[in-house]
Amino acid sequence: MSVLKDTHLALSRRRLLTAAGTGLVAAAGLSVVAARPAAAAPTAAEQITKVAGGTPKEGRVKIDGPEIAENGNTVPVTIEVESPMTADNYVKSVYVFADGNPAPDVASFNFTPQSGKAYAKFRIRLAKTQNVKAVAVMSDGSSYIGSKEIKVTIGGCGG
Amino acid sequence: MSAKPRVRVPSTAKKGEVFEIKTVISHTMESGQRKAADGSPIPRKIIDKFVCTYNGKEVMSSEWHGAVSANPYLEFFCTATESGTLEFTWHDEGGETFTATADITVT
Repeated sequence: MSVLKDTHLALSRRRLLTAAGTGLVAAAGLSVVAARPAAAAPTAAEQITKVAGGTPKEGRVKIDGPEIAENGNTVPVTIEVESPMTADNYVKSVYVFADGNPAPDVASFNFTPQSGKAYAKFRIRLAKTQNVKAVAVMSDGSSYIGSKEIKVTIGGCGG
Repeated sequence: MSAKPRVRVPSTAKKGEVFEIKTVISHTMESGQRKAADGSPIPRKIIDKFVCTYNGKEVMSSEWHGAVSANPYLEFFCTATESGTLEFTWHDEGGETFTATADITVT
């Protein structure tokens, strides 16, 4: 009698744990908030340190955009970096981040002296009010950063 | 789905002049963040690379992630060095590529 009761409880407990485990796996599978598991996704700050090879200096990077974005799905942003853009002194790359998006990396631009200007105007999605940051890495290895807060009324990441 | 790219490049420029290039391509740029009405995730489909060459030499390239808006628009600059052809290529993550070209006469 007691043996039967113990077995019954053990089976129930096992079933409960299995169900709970399946539930957790299912929940993780359905979670589309982050393209990568939350623990592994690098933050904007980490990505900035990585592309800059350290801490970028403030300045030279200008970010233009609306104070308030009407539609978070398409926010026009202009990046311009001061540089003579000569063969031995030009902007190699500019990395753009949105620090409040589920995935902070937005785009990167690789220029050459023939670009004439380290300039890019494009449209981005912003999930909510946040800072758009741009890191410019120069041909001599130095890096600079600019930042602009853009307020968002209707988020643009599917929410 | 078609992804017709359109580019605007001046037809002529003076040697040394820095001219503006405007590009746009119709593409869903589906980030993979959105869900359909039934709750299932809409699969990710984005253009992840854009390259501009000038007479075969790469003058600018760009990597794009999910936060680049649908129908991506991009404006940038280039120095007029010689007459020839600018070629623009958009690479979809899935392997498809789209191209557009524009000729320029440099005096």
